Amino acid sequence: MIALLGLLAGIGLGLLLEPDVPLWLQPYLPIAIVAALDAMFGGVRARLEGVFDDKVFVVSFVGNAVIAALIVFVGDQLGVGSQLSTGVVVVLGIRIFSNAAAIRRKLFGA
Amino acid sequence: MSGDQASQEDREDRAGLRELLRPRLSRGQLAGGLLCLLLGFAVVAQVETTRRDTTFAAAREDELVGVLSDLSQRSERLRGDLRELEDTRARLERDGQGTTALEDARERATAYGLLAGTLPAEGPGIELTVEDPAGRVRAVHLLDALQELRDAGAEVVQVNDVRAGTGTYFVDAAGGVVADGRFLRAPYRFLVIGDAHTMTTALDIPGGVIKTLEGAGARVGVSARPKVEIRATRPG
Repeated sequence: MIALLGLLAGIGLGLLLEPDVPLWLQPYLPIAIVAALDAMFGGVRARLEGVFDDKVFVVSFVGNAVIAALIVFVGDQLGVGSQLSTGVVVVLGIRIFSNAAAIRRKLFGA
Repeated sequence: MSGDQASQEDREDRAGLRELLRPRLSRGQLAGGLLCLLLGFAVVAQVETTRRDTTFAAAREDELVGVLSDLSQRSERLRGDLRELEDTRARLERDGQGTTALEDARERATAYGLLAGTLPAEGPGIELTVEDPAGRVRAVHLLDALQELRDAGAEVVQVNDVRAGTGTYFVDAAGGVVADGRFLRAPYRFLVIGDAHTMTTALDIPGGVIKTLEGAGARVGVSARPKVEIRATRPG
């Protein structure tokens, strides 16, 4: 509940302040966001399965976002940034879908 | 699973959903909420940035290189134009009597006269003859031929004794075609000034003008001429 409120508050704040993404962060933020979304879905799933742990959630949230951004950063240094970010997005997308499927199965039994 | 089990699990899941949305105050919960706040904020910031500047921010290096080389080519061309225009201006400024200006104006008048069809012209080009023994060539065929020739870079066109201009029209009539108010009878003879090779190729493509005309039973001949004389003019 608090997480949901936080999400809504964040969106509201963003709309209100209209922040500018700093230039050095621009290539990495989208990937970090996708990673964070994945962590969020994972958290909801864990809660529904009754194995949710605050510490695990915080660590995986931050860790996933940082690692995803780091992979893209390394890829950019190696000259394969676009390919690597595509790869990261694909993997995270698959994880989000499987998490969403688990949540759906838990909630609706279908 | 049996229906009994399913309904029981269903109840449990409803409880799970309520449990999920029940506010609990603990340090971990607050941390999760804070992270989600950060996520929402970042999502909005990113979406706003993407919406504001989609042209170049999202483009990768190779695309940008392409855009850049396009731009430098165009600026090179424009610089050439600029040099030419500056030359003209210098010449115009040098001569006080206005002979250069007059010369320029005459040149331009001639070019426009040729385009508008008010002046006779001669130059290399082709002659296109359309014989119509079956009597099935219609105005639309001639219009197609004229359009094709123009697309292929024809500068001056004369059909029989009608000089084709921008407003030239063709209308079907008994036993022939009316063009710009004048009655034309087969064979139709197009005299065209322009690049002979390009125009011949354009007329000759599969399914093109010549094939269509032959499909209508016409005999079509195209010959390149080193010098085509066009005497017909349009009233200025």
